[in-house]
Amino acid sequence: MSRAEQQRNAILSSVKAALGAGPDDAVRRSAVEQRLTRHPRGTIPARARQDETALLDLFQTMLEGQGAKVTRAAAPGDAVRAIAEDLRAHGLPPCLRLGDDALLRSLPFGAAALQLRFGATHGDDRAGLSRAIAAAAETGTLFLVSGADNPTSLAFLPESHTVVVRRADIVPCYEDAFDRLRAIYGEGSLPRSVNLISGPSRTADIEQTIVRGAHGPKWLHVVVLG
Amino acid sequence: MSKASEDVLPQAFKAGVAQALADEDLQRALLNVKRGFIAKRAKAVAKLPEFGQLRDEGRAIKDHTLQHLDLYLEIYERNVAESGGQVHFAPTSEDARDIVLRLCREADARLVTKGKSMVSEEIGLDAHLEAAGIEVAETDLGEHILQIRGDTPSHIIAPVIHLNKEEIAKDFVRAHAGLPAKRPLATVEDLVAEARAVLRQKFLSAQVGITGANLLIAETGSSVIVTNEGNGDLTAALPGTHIVVASIEKLVPTLEDACTILRLLARSATGQEITTYTSFTTGPARQSDVDGPRAYHVVLLDNGRSAILGGDFQDMLRCIRCGACLNHCPVYGAIGGHAYGSLYPGPMGAVLTPALYGIDQARDLPNASSFCGRCEEVCPMAIPLPSLMRRWRERDFDRGDPPWQQRLALKIWAFAAKRPRLYRALSGALMPLLARAAVGKGRFRRLPFAAAWTGTRDLPAPQGETFHTLYRKRRQP
Repeated sequence: MSRAEQQRNAILSSVKAALGAGPDDAVRRSAVEQRLTRHPRGTIPARARQDETALLDLFQTMLEGQGAKVTRAAAPGDAVRAIAEDLRAHGLPPCLRLGDDALLRSLPFGAAALQLRFGATHGDDRAGLSRAIAAAAETGTLFLVSGADNPTSLAFLPESHTVVVRRADIVPCYEDAFDRLRAIYGEGSLPRSVNLISGPSRTADIEQTIVRGAHGPKWLHVVVLG
Repeated sequence: MSKASEDVLPQAFKAGVAQALADEDLQRALLNVKRGFIAKRAKAVAKLPEFGQLRDEGRAIKDHTLQHLDLYLEIYERNVAESGGQVHFAPTSEDARDIVLRLCREADARLVTKGKSMVSEEIGLDAHLEAAGIEVAETDLGEHILQIRGDTPSHIIAPVIHLNKEEIAKDFVRAHAGLPAKRPLATVEDLVAEARAVLRQKFLSAQVGITGANLLIAETGSSVIVTNEGNGDLTAALPGTHIVVASIEKLVPTLEDACTILRLLARSATGQEITTYTSFTTGPARQSDVDGPRAYHVVLLDNGRSAILGGDFQDMLRCIRCGACLNHCPVYGAIGGHAYGSLYPGPMGAVLTPALYGIDQARDLPNASSFCGRCEEVCPMAIPLPSLMRRWRERDFDRGDPPWQQRLALKIWAFAAKRPRLYRALSGALMPLLARAAVGKGRFRRLPFAAAWTGTRDLPAPQGETFHTLYRKRRQP
């Protein structure tokens, strides 16, 4: 037996002994299997059980309370103009880096004279653009998934991060968002990284004083499309 | 020198307390705990009427997982492998250090970035890697400050709560080479901006990133970290290899279970609705990914946890390390984290430290409590901390550790307390005597046989009559 196998057995047999698990474990096994297949939900906060308009308001209020800026854009042109305006307001050049996301690629960037770069960032881009595949209204939380469409580095390295989310993708609670991921990636599977983002980067480590832009973006701009 | 000597062991408590109480800077810094955390948590909990119900559910999730931990560990391991990662089991701290070092060497690591991880502190990982010639950069702002000071965390989620910004500014001037000596570092913003610039270079050049895990999910084989700075996420996303170091009790069954616990965690810890970043990481980069590490490893640490399972202290394994019990503890508020001499301070540490290292290593800690009960009240996992501390005291007494004077005094008191008539007669005779002895002052400055106790505080004098007598009098019409 290899050292790694010995170490594995040491922990598992010690856990089994502590729990008094016998060789016939049918009852425990079935409890575990059932839990994993049924994955029951816990209590969903009442604040997430509201109509669509109230949920959108909640989503916005939460994000703003956590230091993000939220823009509602009825049309793609509005979204692009708002993004350009936000970059200008922070003294950033009109330049964005983004991935292959089809929705983002379809936005009329030319209308606002925005220059684009594509692919993952290596730290030399000041503004990143991503799309959230879903968002949970309960705490204003965006769900970003890794991949060529939306490289993870775009969400953390640039000073400014803009996230576009379709209005229809805003769901009441975290569990609803994960159900959407299950529908795309299959039960029990997730992409390499699922990043739940609820505001700009911050720290309160020194004297509990909150400062923005600790390591990640100083500014988070969320554009709700539709 | 044996390898186990690298283990981080508890230090003497009483000396630490005296030092902490006399430290004016520390006392000033500790006010931030009271000002900040307590009010913020109360506000966040009030905004979520379902908090109590979620707490019951969170507790049930953890109890269920612990009861089936062997099975969930096997499933978790399988799912990590299916997503292209690898789980390594580490029965002891030494095993965990060796495995991580081997993985770093396999990745040709010269520089390792680290997210904040209590488990990595527990196993003394940084020192081990550095002794092997690998540079380690702690990236959480608080942990970075500790690293350049050669200090240890004094709080499990706010590691430098014991420091003021002036002290930190001095450290930055000393440690951040190549910057002008007279640069402005007066504000917290200045300090954060400098740390951001210094650590950014580390993020971009590290070969390995090491993070802890707030949760591990069996259903998907994912590890979850919560951060506000984004440092853990950069640590996990940028280097070619990501190593997660986590203890076995971090496991939960499903994504839904993770959601329930996440609703409790940030609210209890910092009073936030949710942390800025909550990142679920599952395996290494996929074929279609354009960034992310090519290798993903999880080092699962036992280090005494399986021995806690199934015993008197199993409830402690529900702990999600939110720090609420520290923030609400009057003892922690008076002495801070370092005085405990253990990496895990406060009420959770008073129960966990003896469970991990033996009561002989930490017999003062379960005694460092007034049993006011606030820790249990605010614990999001409803861990009965005072009862567990009491259980440690009983074990300590049974082992015969307390000095004979203490044992004798307790025996005399127990003898009387079990005989109500005798107790009433004795206290009825003694109280008026004490009241008369303290007449005019209402308190004792000094008492025979209790010099250690009265050395730092006064004992209020009894008012003359016992509770029993007063109670009987007032009940009479």
